Amino acid sequence: MKKLVDKHPLAIRWFHWANFPVLSLMIWSGLWIYWANDVYRIGWGSTTLFKFFPQSFYQAFHLDHKLAQGMAWHFVLMWVFFINGLLYVGYTLLSGEWRYLLPNRHSFREAWEVTLHDLGLRKMAPLVQKYNGAQRIAYTAVVLMGLGSLLTGLAIYRPTQFAWLTNLLGGYGAARVEHFVLTIGYVLFFVVHVAQVVRAGWNNFRSMVAGFEIEDVPAGAAGPVLAQREPDAKA
Amino acid sequence: MDQNPMPPHVSPDGQDLKLPPGSALDREATRRTRRSFISLGLAGLGGVLGWRYLLGRPQVEGVPAPFRKVLNANARLTEAYFRETRLAPEFAKSRAVAKVRTNGDAGLQSDIDLNAWRMKVQPYGGGPAQEFTLADIKALPRVDMTTELKCIEGWSIIVNWSGARFADFLAKYPLASRSRQPLQSSANPPADLAPYVGITTPDEKYYVGLDMQSAIHPQTLLCYEINGQPLSLAHGAPLRLVTPLKYGIKHLKRIGTIAFADAKPADYWAEQGYDWYAGH
Repeated sequence: MKKLVDKHPLAIRWFHWANFPVLSLMIWSGLWIYWANDVYRIGWGSTTLFKFFPQSFYQAFHLDHKLAQGMAWHFVLMWVFFINGLLYVGYTLLSGEWRYLLPNRHSFREAWEVTLHDLGLRKMAPLVQKYNGAQRIAYTAVVLMGLGSLLTGLAIYRPTQFAWLTNLLGGYGAARVEHFVLTIGYVLFFVVHVAQVVRAGWNNFRSMVAGFEIEDVPAGAAGPVLAQREPDAKA
Repeated sequence: MDQNPMPPHVSPDGQDLKLPPGSALDREATRRTRRSFISLGLAGLGGVLGWRYLLGRPQVEGVPAPFRKVLNANARLTEAYFRETRLAPEFAKSRAVAKVRTNGDAGLQSDIDLNAWRMKVQPYGGGPAQEFTLADIKALPRVDMTTELKCIEGWSIIVNWSGARFADFLAKYPLASRSRQPLQSSANPPADLAPYVGITTPDEKYYVGLDMQSAIHPQTLLCYEINGQPLSLAHGAPLRLVTPLKYGIKHLKRIGTIAFADAKPADYWAEQGYDWYAGH
């Protein structure tokens, strides 16, 4: 029997979608800032495997000579990013949604199974839950990364007033590298996230917009229609 | 073994989730879907229009007014949190770079006769400008400090500086308070101390503004030496400003005139869209 099952609360959906343009603009303005001293690369000695970023990249997106504008956007939007993140975390804590999001003791094994399944190396599909182990780990990690971006950002923005934080992060130069690496992390997260959403299909995507998912619930099955392992559920 | 196993759900991969067309459930799904996508679309459109509106507001020194307001609010927040006892980290002198990078020569392109150079200070509240020689500055307590210079472009270097605290200058020459009270402690300045300091090069081609609490911070120096050597012309001989409380753009080279003000003094880079405060 098919049913419409509520999946994502309205608040979670709004925080999710508000974050998308805000984080995009933070990354965009961050690139304008980074351009002014674009020294990071992957390599060793005089060997460079990849330079952040090739000149062609800046030219293609007109990212050059916008340091002042980049800083202005960045230090305005940081508030929106911060407030949206704070509301999201506050909401998950108060509503109990955190139970679905935090990894539990099954999550790492599940994440491994999900990865094998997604790569086509394992036939058996993982148990359908609101969030599987891989999702729990990824979504919790990306929230922690957000916190990391705020802290490393603050350490770069006010390195004297927050000298204790800047020192804790390894100094001004180190905090700047960390801030940059976290940003690369978001981009990688985004690529995998979008690929997985495309893979999961329309029903799943719609649930992040409209909140509900269509479920085929076996006749006679009672109780929670979205199979959900409680954090302390037995395996 | 769990007594009440959960319903045996399988992965939706390949599962047929199509609702019977025209059924009540199908109409409900369509209605909710349509409503939600329209709401999201309108919110997105509102966001785009709102952002475009903000960007289109009249510019204040190269930045749309609402952005300038937020930058100024960020500065006020920092000033409220500011404590003169919070110091920028200092490093062992051995960690200072031997060759200090120079960046920007605005205000340094005019000829200068170092022997004829004087630092002019316009007293707060009026009165004739007073002139100081380098020897006057060197007569103040010498401070040797190794701090990180942070360029607004994003690079930073550790530099050894020597000079006199601006606070010590104001303690000896009480030109920043209307009632001419000397500055005895940066934690407890005279009530009528000027809120702002403006500094310009002798040719007035480069100029910076500072908030007074940053200017009288114990790590803000009238600097005359780098690595124990007199400043080179490129580094602002004979006297420059150094303050690890600000980006390098505020470290004005070749001080010409210092003046005190009730309102934010003009600032070379702030006029080009940068944050006026530019502080750490």
